[in-house]
Amino acid sequence: MSLTVAAVAMTLYVWMFLHAESQAAVAVLVVLAASAVFASRKLGATRVMAAAVAQRPGLARALSLAGALVLIAAFHDSHFVLLMLCAVLLYATACLGLTVQFGYSGVANFAGAAFFGIGSYATAIMAAHTQIPHVLVIVLSGLIAAVIGSVLITPVLRTRGHYAALVTIAFGILFKTFIEVNDVLGGPQGLQVPGMKLFGVSLNDGIEIPGVEISFYVPYVLLSLLVFGLVYALVSALERSWVGLSMDVVRTDETAASTFGLHIARWKVVAFTTGNFFAGIAGSLYGMISGFVAPNNFTFSDSLLMLSIVILGGLGNIAGLIPAALIVLVLPEKLQFIQEYRFLLFAAMVIVILLFRPQGLLPRKTRIFFREEAPK
Amino acid sequence: MSEIGQYIFNGLMLGMIYAMVAVGFTLFFGVLDVIKFSHGDVLMVGAFAGLTASIAMTAVGVTSPVLQLLGMVLFAVGLTGVLGAAIAKFLILPLHKAPPLNTLLATLMLGTVIREAVRLFYPDGSNPKRFPALLPTSSFELGSMNLRVDNLILLVAGLTAIAGVHFMITRTKLGLAIRAVAQDGETARLMGINFEAVVLFTFALGSGLAALAGVMNGLYYNEVNFGVGLLLGVIGFAAAILGGLGNMYGAIIGGFLFAALQVLGSVLLPALIPEIPSAYKDVFAFTAVIIFMAWKPTGLIAEKTSERV
Repeated sequence: MSLTVAAVAMTLYVWMFLHAESQAAVAVLVVLAASAVFASRKLGATRVMAAAVAQRPGLARALSLAGALVLIAAFHDSHFVLLMLCAVLLYATACLGLTVQFGYSGVANFAGAAFFGIGSYATAIMAAHTQIPHVLVIVLSGLIAAVIGSVLITPVLRTRGHYAALVTIAFGILFKTFIEVNDVLGGPQGLQVPGMKLFGVSLNDGIEIPGVEISFYVPYVLLSLLVFGLVYALVSALERSWVGLSMDVVRTDETAASTFGLHIARWKVVAFTTGNFFAGIAGSLYGMISGFVAPNNFTFSDSLLMLSIVILGGLGNIAGLIPAALIVLVLPEKLQFIQEYRFLLFAAMVIVILLFRPQGLLPRKTRIFFREEAPK
Repeated sequence: MSEIGQYIFNGLMLGMIYAMVAVGFTLFFGVLDVIKFSHGDVLMVGAFAGLTASIAMTAVGVTSPVLQLLGMVLFAVGLTGVLGAAIAKFLILPLHKAPPLNTLLATLMLGTVIREAVRLFYPDGSNPKRFPALLPTSSFELGSMNLRVDNLILLVAGLTAIAGVHFMITRTKLGLAIRAVAQDGETARLMGINFEAVVLFTFALGSGLAALAGVMNGLYYNEVNFGVGLLLGVIGFAAAILGGLGNMYGAIIGGFLFAALQVLGSVLLPALIPEIPSAYKDVFAFTAVIIFMAWKPTGLIAEKTSERV
């Protein structure tokens, strides 16, 4: 019951937020959210909610999905809001990949945007020059991102901590410089990406329902939601399984992990490759939606922005990614005056979080294998 | 012949700047086992501080190049020294007990904050700035090589700075304290060394060196922009790792090695593949770093690793 109320309230809030036009309205809503969070924490409502989610995880997921669908229906005719929702969902998908790497197995990847970009570029080339069905193109783009990422596996595995970080930072900058100087890939201007065709139907044509104006972004948002949902289900299943458990052990203590017979390198490779695969898929779909890829979308700063989402949501807590992505991606669009300052603002925010609340806004919970053990 | 000389000279110059950045990284890693990734952006702040000092002095009416240079260097080194110490005090020491990745992330983000702050708040900060040419621009012939006096001065200045830091670390009492903290912070404390003061001083020292590198970089290219720190930071970090973190000689070797790679890249690539854009030299250098890391993960002079379980 409390879950349903909360879900309705949150959907309503996000609707108002996306709908708000004036700067003042957005500011009021932000203040409202902050005070609501503060009040519910003081009154213990947060704890009740967390317990309810732990009790009925299925219901919580169904409600979130319903909320998302309601939002899409409510904004069926506004291109811009739908495009933002796509961005939120796909960045969150890429961040799911980063969570597997950073949050679960502790593999540093500072090139998230680069793998996202590899997905976009692979799609741009495949969709323009081959006849491969577009559903397959998305999967292939993910695979290409994973394969290119595997070049980094040796240096990442042989090194630890700072050294591995340097390798991925170098790769991120390398990628951006490379596509910027490469004329085949369009240089600084980038490439056009053809719109998506699904079973012979071009999604850019849109759907016609007499009497109702429907944006051609609606199918794209639904598709993004589907991709996010699938990856989310996969990652949460992975976390609950022995795979996630092994990854956690590898992250917390490598020495202990190897004493218990865990193959550290294997789990790191699995995490790194899956993470890049997810980022590649997300990038691929994003490329098709925005219709255009350019090196400037995949800079080192963008990789850091992705990491901000992961840290802000609570490192390792995948449920926190959507609110974090909403904050990081939508807030600057809504509050125009912070648009220019967004890198500065979110970087500062991450520093504050790392200093005072390293577990993030929504901390990761200990996994509960048996429902009966859940705190009532 | 003269072309090769030019390449070598250019490489030496780049190597000197990289080495100065790398020495900073290595110093910080030595005392606290942390990577302060905002180092490159601190360097950029140094360059901008120098620029500001020069503009201010011109406005006041001090036009003598020597005085301007002096003011520039003093202001840049002083400001960034304070900045470096502040970063250590308010960001790195509080995070000392956190996982190393958190420190790395926090300083990366700090780098972004600094970079963006300069871009947004420095007057017209998003465009490249002309750096005043204060050094004599005359040149002389050495054999078939054409040497410019200003470059020679920069080279000597860098060499002096590194030698000075080296002398201080190895010969003075303060250096002894730094080395003691680097070896074992706890024991150093027991021996009556003021741990925090030494750490803060080391960060100020490293940052000051970076500021000098920033001013030199500005004087060399006659230009400075807000993004210069990111690349120099990554390169300096790479150089420090190439040589082996925590080792000062390693950092210097790493700096020159990286510069050599870059120069080699810009010479060899067009020779091997004609019509390749020169911008590929960075791609080449970073590829080389990644390959190198796969081959010798902890650098040429490896850091001794042992872990208490």
